[in-house]
Amino acid sequence: MLLLILKRIGLGLITLFIVSLITFVGVEVLPGDACTTYLEREAYGAALDACIKRLGLDVPAYERYLDWASNVIRGDFGYSLSGEMPINEVLGPRVKNSLVLASVSILIGIPLAIVLGIITALWRDKLPDIMISTITIFSMTIPEFISATLLILIVAIWLGWLPGIVIIPSDATFYELLSNIILPVVAISMIMTAHMARMVRSSVIQVMASDYVQMAILKGVPYWKMVFRHVLPNALLPAINVVALTIAWLLGGVVVTEVVFNYPGLGRLVIESISNRDLPVVQALAIILASIYVGINLIADLMTLMLNPRLKSLQIRK
Amino acid sequence: MESNLITEDKQKNKVEKAFEILKTMASKPSGLIGLTIVLFHVVLALISPYIAPYDYKAISPNTMLLAPSAEHWFGTDSLGRDVFTRTILGGRTALTVTFFGSLIALLWGGLLGIFCGLVGGKIDDVVMRVVDAFLSIPWILAMLLIVSLLGTSTEVLIPALGFFYGKGIVRVARAATHDVIAKDFIVSARARGHSNMSIIWNEIIPNVRDAILVEGAMRWSWMLLGFSSLSFLGFGVSPPTPDWGLMISNARGLMSFAYWSVIAPIVGLSSLIIGINLTADAFAKALGIDRSTKAPV
Repeated sequence: MLLLILKRIGLGLITLFIVSLITFVGVEVLPGDACTTYLEREAYGAALDACIKRLGLDVPAYERYLDWASNVIRGDFGYSLSGEMPINEVLGPRVKNSLVLASVSILIGIPLAIVLGIITALWRDKLPDIMISTITIFSMTIPEFISATLLILIVAIWLGWLPGIVIIPSDATFYELLSNIILPVVAISMIMTAHMARMVRSSVIQVMASDYVQMAILKGVPYWKMVFRHVLPNALLPAINVVALTIAWLLGGVVVTEVVFNYPGLGRLVIESISNRDLPVVQALAIILASIYVGINLIADLMTLMLNPRLKSLQIRK
Repeated sequence: MESNLITEDKQKNKVEKAFEILKTMASKPSGLIGLTIVLFHVVLALISPYIAPYDYKAISPNTMLLAPSAEHWFGTDSLGRDVFTRTILGGRTALTVTFFGSLIALLWGGLLGIFCGLVGGKIDDVVMRVVDAFLSIPWILAMLLIVSLLGTSTEVLIPALGFFYGKGIVRVARAATHDVIAKDFIVSARARGHSNMSIIWNEIIPNVRDAILVEGAMRWSWMLLGFSSLSFLGFGVSPPTPDWGLMISNARGLMSFAYWSVIAPIVGLSSLIIGINLTADAFAKALGIDRSTKAPV
């Protein structure tokens, strides 16, 4: 078991190592380096020399990679060209803001998805299922920027209930954030809930058709007792992995949502750093977002392993 | 002569089979709706240049932000351009880019996946690690980086989208290949001394084709989502090209008094994405592949 966990962690680390290589090599291979990209037309003379010196671009690529990688491992992501300060200082408030947004969305989204998934599965092909399923299909297929734009148009402009676009400074306090994130949270959790609810639905339906549930029905176990005792524990287990993948997938969607709502999180930093052609920040973001993805998947894998005795013995035999 | 007959027979079978699949897809309301929407968009994309009432890039200060009327069915935007014209032409951009993008994704993803599944061993391990690594970089970051360094022409967008949406297909194709590779007919083909190429072409591809096509159909809708998100963020096709994502982002700031110029592209894009999704689902069901338990990757 311990060996298996270590192996998973090892695989995750290898993946991250390759990600770091890809981002580094990608920036090397694509035309222009960090300095000429950032300075654009002014990339000559003293400004260019200063920038090259600042980033240490005058040493060979492999040395720079080793240098960069060892700094990243120690938690130092380098220097932001456009912000003219260490990347860590740029990242700090952004990470906090995104965390607030993500955790509120997840706290609302996961319980809601489980409830909706169970309702749609138990009333399969009846009115509640058809209604909820239609809504989930809509909200998971429509692009984030459309649902976000529609939310602003309907809730903020037509109904006038909430301010549409608020200007939040990136160092806003927790309370300031909380009162301004209603619309972004709705936009994000809508899509997330839809994905997870569909997964829970098909998983519950699968378990309901299994032999042991049929057996419980024949034995005369009361319906709701059967649902809670026999169906749900078995149905929600495989959902853990999908929840993880959905959260990880949302990393991309959050970028767009944050831009629409002008929310100062990691997602908008992605756009800002790319518009400013600030390659050191882009590299840092790539490795951070990839680590989140790998980390979430790792946790999900380990959770399924811990919670499922069958899978455990199977894996060890393998 | 005789061999001619056989191939003709085969051709007929293929057409019949495709027709059968279409019939199964259309037998359920969701599949029928999906097919109708996609067909509508494809036809509209083909004829839109001939039926567009105005020039899509004709700017006029006299017609700025007009409400929908008999002359301008969907109103006009902040530069005085006809929203109806731009909306029907926008589908053309979206469909062309994502169709060719999906084709590239299917080709390289499918072939690499089959190859890895077949050869296995060290090569397979290395390729799958790299694919995993690419999967863990958010697509939006990677696409933005490529586009900002190489430019936003369609010649860059199509291969870049094709590359980034193909990596998921590699996994599906590889898994499907693993499923068939242990079967007797592959073993006997090997025993007959067939080369790897011949085995891939004659034995594996016909058996994994369905799984890969279904995955490709699904990727198509995700690619459309990705492409329009890029345009929305200002990193997709460049103005004045009529494009839904671009139109929505331009009209967004003025939607408190000119909502029509944001509604038309929203309806266009949402309906096409929902249509492709419903079609892909029906396609998967018609081929007997269950996708409902998969998360987006």
